[in-house]
Amino acid sequence: MNVEHGVHDAPYFVPSPSRWPIVGAVALFFFALGAALTVNKVAAGWYSLAGGLAILFWMLFGWFGDVIRESQQQQYGQQVDWSLRWGMSWFIFSEVMFFAAFFGALFYARSIAIPELGGDTLTRQLLWPDSQAAWPGNSAPTSTSYTPMGALGIPAINTAILLTSGATLTWAHWGLVRGRRLQLICGLVATIYLAALFLALQAYEYHHGFLDLNLTLASGAYGATFYLLTGFHGLHVFVGTLMLCVMLARASQGHFSEKQHFGFEAAAWYWHFVDVVWLLLFVVVYWL
Amino acid sequence: MKHTGPGWMIALLASMPAHAAEWTFQPPVTAIARDVGALHAWIMWIILAIFVLVFGVMFYAILRHRRSLGHEARHFHENTTVEILWTLIPLLILIGMAWPVAKVVLAQKDTRNPGLTIKVTGQQWLWQYDYLDHRVGFKSRLATPRTQINNYDGLPIQRSPRYLLEVDEPLVVPVDTKVRILTTSNDVIHSWGVPAFAVKQDAIPGYIRDTWFTATQTGTFRGQCVELCGRDHAFMPVVVKVVSKDEFSRWITQKQAEQQKVASDPNRVWTRAELMQHGEKVYKDNCASCHQENGKGLGPFPALTGSKIATGPITGHLAIVLKGKNAMPAWPSLSNEDIAAVVTYERNALGNKVGDELQPKAVAAARQ
Amino acid sequence: MTHEHPHGDHDTVRGWRRWLYATNHKDIGTLYLCFAGLMFFTGGIMALGIRLELFQPGLQYWQPEFYNQLVTLHGVIMVFGAIMPAFTGLANWMLPLMIGAPDMAFARMNNWSFWLLPPAALLLVISLFVPGGAAAAGWTFYPPLSLQDGMGMDFAIFAIHLLGISSIMGSINIVVTVLNMRAPGMTLLKMPLFAWTSLITAYLLIAVAPVLAGAVTMLLTDRHFDTHFFKAAGGGDPVLFQHIFWFFGHPEVYIMALPAFGIVSQIIPTFTRKPLFGYVSMVYATCAIGIMSFTVWAHHMFSVGMPATAQLFFMFMTMLIAVPTGVKVFNWIATMWEGSMSFETPMLFAIGFVCLFTVGGFSGLVLSIAPIDTQMHDTYYVVAHFHYVLVAGALFSLFGAVYYWLPKWTGYMYSEKLGKLHFWWSMIAFNITFFPMHFLGLAGMPRRIPDYALQFTDFNALATVGSMLFGLAQLLFVYNIVHCVRGGVGKASACPWDGANTLEWQVASPAPHHTWHEPPSEAIVRRGLVAQALENRHE
Ligand code: HEA
Ligand code: HEA
Ligand code: HEC
Ligand code: CUA
Ligand SMILES: [Cu+2]
Repeated sequence: MNVEHGVHDAPYFVPSPSRWPIVGAVALFFFALGAALTVNKVAAGWYSLAGGLAILFWMLFGWFGDVIRESQQQQYGQQVDWSLRWGMSWFIFSEVMFFAAFFGALFYARSIAIPELGGDTLTRQLLWPDSQAAWPGNSAPTSTSYTPMGALGIPAINTAILLTSGATLTWAHWGLVRGRRLQLICGLVATIYLAALFLALQAYEYHHGFLDLNLTLASGAYGATFYLLTGFHGLHVFVGTLMLCVMLARASQGHFSEKQHFGFEAAAWYWHFVDVVWLLLFVVVYWL
Repeated sequence: MKHTGPGWMIALLASMPAHAAEWTFQPPVTAIARDVGALHAWIMWIILAIFVLVFGVMFYAILRHRRSLGHEARHFHENTTVEILWTLIPLLILIGMAWPVAKVVLAQKDTRNPGLTIKVTGQQWLWQYDYLDHRVGFKSRLATPRTQINNYDGLPIQRSPRYLLEVDEPLVVPVDTKVRILTTSNDVIHSWGVPAFAVKQDAIPGYIRDTWFTATQTGTFRGQCVELCGRDHAFMPVVVKVVSKDEFSRWITQKQAEQQKVASDPNRVWTRAELMQHGEKVYKDNCASCHQENGKGLGPFPALTGSKIATGPITGHLAIVLKGKNAMPAWPSLSNEDIAAVVTYERNALGNKVGDELQPKAVAAARQ
Repeated sequence: MTHEHPHGDHDTVRGWRRWLYATNHKDIGTLYLCFAGLMFFTGGIMALGIRLELFQPGLQYWQPEFYNQLVTLHGVIMVFGAIMPAFTGLANWMLPLMIGAPDMAFARMNNWSFWLLPPAALLLVISLFVPGGAAAAGWTFYPPLSLQDGMGMDFAIFAIHLLGISSIMGSINIVVTVLNMRAPGMTLLKMPLFAWTSLITAYLLIAVAPVLAGAVTMLLTDRHFDTHFFKAAGGGDPVLFQHIFWFFGHPEVYIMALPAFGIVSQIIPTFTRKPLFGYVSMVYATCAIGIMSFTVWAHHMFSVGMPATAQLFFMFMTMLIAVPTGVKVFNWIATMWEGSMSFETPMLFAIGFVCLFTVGGFSGLVLSIAPIDTQMHDTYYVVAHFHYVLVAGALFSLFGAVYYWLPKWTGYMYSEKLGKLHFWWSMIAFNITFFPMHFLGLAGMPRRIPDYALQFTDFNALATVGSMLFGLAQLLFVYNIVHCVRGGVGKASACPWDGANTLEWQVASPAPHHTWHEPPSEAIVRRGLVAQALENRHE
């Protein structure tokens, strides 16, 4: 750790008062209010939801704009750089824990709930005589029948896509640290292309699941964990893709230097995190 | 700070044996309850000893080592020996506690070889008791009248001595018999507990959980639902009557006979009047807690008066009762007669006048 | 907005913008503390509503539905609105001062963390007025009851999402500040203990706030999108929610206890004029609690019907937590031993904390014994337990902290006389309110009920009287603060406590808007560390 040895290279950068946080708070208030109303089918909720989202985007543009400007003006010393690294790492840790909740739910449903509902237990004898302990498949005591999603096919292809995208991103990073701007940009473009492909395939997979397999959110614990895990992962891929797009725009504007490009690295860390989550998903959701 | 010390506690405790029921465990009537009481007493002594020791030292320091007495601070700040000691000693105390406690846990969990098995189903806001070995079942609900409870105008009210702890029909069990209780629920989580037995078991909807007790004494023992279950959580007491084995077998035979009379030939065609009369009872027992006695609903619970389903095709009406929907529980536990009656009742009372009726046979067919 | 000279004094904008656009840790800390105070009173008024109904048997004031909403909101608001923001606010105000940093690591994000709280509070308040009223399933939101609730539950769910985002950002800020912004010479094992406990607390929060977010998200989809996480009919299990909730919930209770330990570990050495005893073991104990708190969650679920092995595992792990907590208690007492003690208000609250927190810890230990918990679970014994650790624990430590640092914040001394009155009054009223609840619990009175059987009448009446007295005492607290802000009983020097040696006492009182712009020199840091016996004179 650096500080103990006196890495206070420059006065620490403390931003001046900014309107963005309060704008962000207002945005999330309307977003949350709108969401709460919308799920209850109150029509006005939509306006609040959309308004909140719009304000949120405005805020993100403004805020990140400020950050990029400050960074370009060389206001971030080495200590700030460390802060950003620590901050991003802990943020990713929090994301890991968010997914952990859903993986935990999957584990519990599979290993504890289903065996009790369908095994040789009093629960089954007295309450669910027709239930069977099967996973996936129609494991739930009362749900309409559906076909589980196979691991081969789209999920396997998507695994390959995401793994490749991790490689192309690393390749882009090499380009950046070696001062090869073209390699950086090509690498980023390729990564974003793969990301978009991944999302498109996942959208197709959902479409297929809903229409052909009768696999919906209502398909018992399997359907719920399947859609929430892959859905939140997809959302993270989407956000990661936006980050990469911003990085691409910045790269083509000539931002980043060989030594100082934490913005890029943060996006890359995030991307690799999303990658790892997918691997876990692929194994425990699709495969096992 | 003297009033927080043990002195205060002891003074309070000393003044209370006269009202034991108000401030400590109910007298135990099972071996487990006695064990639990003993464990608790034993651990309280340990705690009290630690408390006196630790805070004796602290208050000594507070009284003597104060600046106003001119006491100079000594700047020691470490002593590995005492630090190890006061890590190890509590650890040893805890290990000492662990073994006897573990034995009670294992005994508590051992529900094998019961002499009698009763399924207890929680439901907003009453208990359904089913004697699985005897095919007898009934509901048990609060007997305290609402007029004793609702007192929004603050007038003086005469409350019965068993206020909130009395039911229309208690659970009856034989003495000296291992009774296994299987809990489950129709709607939300409830918890079935009787302090005198040291028994408390959550009733989880969709799952069977179990516990057991062997009452060693006859008498009536009271508890309450101990898991927040909505509006009338405070109003679903548990009352268990422990009777001699003879009395129990007499009671159960009589109960069986009664229920035989009601349970009828599955193919019998019921008259409209019979259906309506029985339906009203079933409705009040099961449905009124949510849909209200007048059928007008409340909050998230829809009105049945004029409801699309209750005045629409009868198959849809039957289906929602059998299968449930969202917060509406499924009612496969009701008999065919009950369901036929309640559906008929809902369609032709509560302000509805559809005019059709449902026969038990049709319910039996729909169950397939 | 201009950014040419980021450190100029031009960034002290005035008027309302100062608060809405704040990036200064002291301003944000003040915001947090004021918000927490407001929420404490809101939650407190709800508590009085609860106690009022329980004054006598029978339903007098509220319908049971509304009573349940009161209990739920009281729990949620006190935990997420009062105690946690108060600790975050203290960390904001004091951490940079104590470790010699110019501000928090992410000053702008810091403001966002704060400003997410009022919207969340607003959602909770609005929810009282939507059809069906506020959430009424208890602060633990157990399904299927929470699936039955009306729209108010969705408001609560989204409020919790906002609170979670706020907590995560606030905690990242604290962790990074502590890890990356310390003054030269202040290694991790030389930080004030409050920095340590804030660090571990923040780490716990980053780990569990997302888990809670996940849990309530599943509730939301179960409520509105037909999923079956918590419904047996679809292969789910209501108990699954309890596991996820308490995986968050138990670390959460330590999130409300560890900063209190930190505060007390600052106050006691100051007023005993002696270094903290066993600094290193305090740090280890804090870390041990931080780790062990992840392995005990199911002690809240002893009566759901777990297998005996699980019952035993969680019971033993829970009992073990008494060991590191005991180490802390013993260290505090050893610090007092042979000290030169004086008893200003912060010290009184610290001592009150040690006594009553221990009582609460002991009742926790009793609860941890699974067979005994069979009797106590969901009775007033549990209510007594957690108010001892939360009110006499977390809240008392906060009172102590406020009195301790008020001179630094305002530049004036508060009235010691009123402070002491506040302490003794609170102490007595607190015990009148909550001690009888142990007996109610032993005798079997369930919690979360608006009406009770007749044998519980006397203690309930007593508790209600106590709670009113306790509430009145808090008016004294507010008066004392306002009085102090307006000049108090005179100006405070930079270091009004002669036994205080941490860095915050090296800057003027009131603390200037910007402090430690230049990191404190190694000499200053060393002087403080030597006085705290964290560094040898001759090293
Ligand atoms: C600040 C918050 C806080 C803290 C610090 C604690 C600390 C502890 N808690 Fe508490 N607890 C809550 C807040 C807290 N709790 C809340 C809010 C609930 C209810 C939630 C709800 O249902 O709504 C709850 C509920 C709760 C339960 C569930 C009860 C039930 O619902 O049935 C249990 C059971 O094990 C428990 C145990 C403990 C234990 C063992 C500790 C230990 O950490 C205590 C350790 C401390 C000591 C033991 C004292 C000092 C030690 C010594 C002097 C050393 C020597 C001692 C010995 C060797 C004995 N708590
Ligand atoms: C986190 C901290 C916290 C704090 C500080 C408190 C503070 C208090 N709590 Fe709280 N409580 C909880 C956390 C907390 N509680 C939780 C988590 C639950 C569980 C919820 C659930 O079951 O879901 C609970 C549940 C709970 C219950 C159980 C309800 C039930 O189960 O039915 C009761 C009952 O007495 C109670 C009482 C009080 C009282 C009297 C105070 C007092 O200390 C409050 C004192 C404050 C004030 C009184 C306000 C300030 C003063 C004024 C506004 C001045 C005006 C006053 C007068 C004129 C008198 N609380
Ligand atoms: C736990 C509360 C509860 C109980 C008890 C209950 N219901 Fe319901 N009922 C509901 C809820 C909630 C709905 C709305 C379901 C939905 O549409 O999401 C409902 C809907 C209905 C409907 C359809 C009304 C409509 O127009 O949507 C009928 C008919 C009905 N219930 C009949 C019954 C009968 C018969 C019983 C008793 C045997 C009963 N209910 C007991 C909660 C309950
Ligand atoms: Cu049933 Cu509480
Ligand atoms: Cu706990």
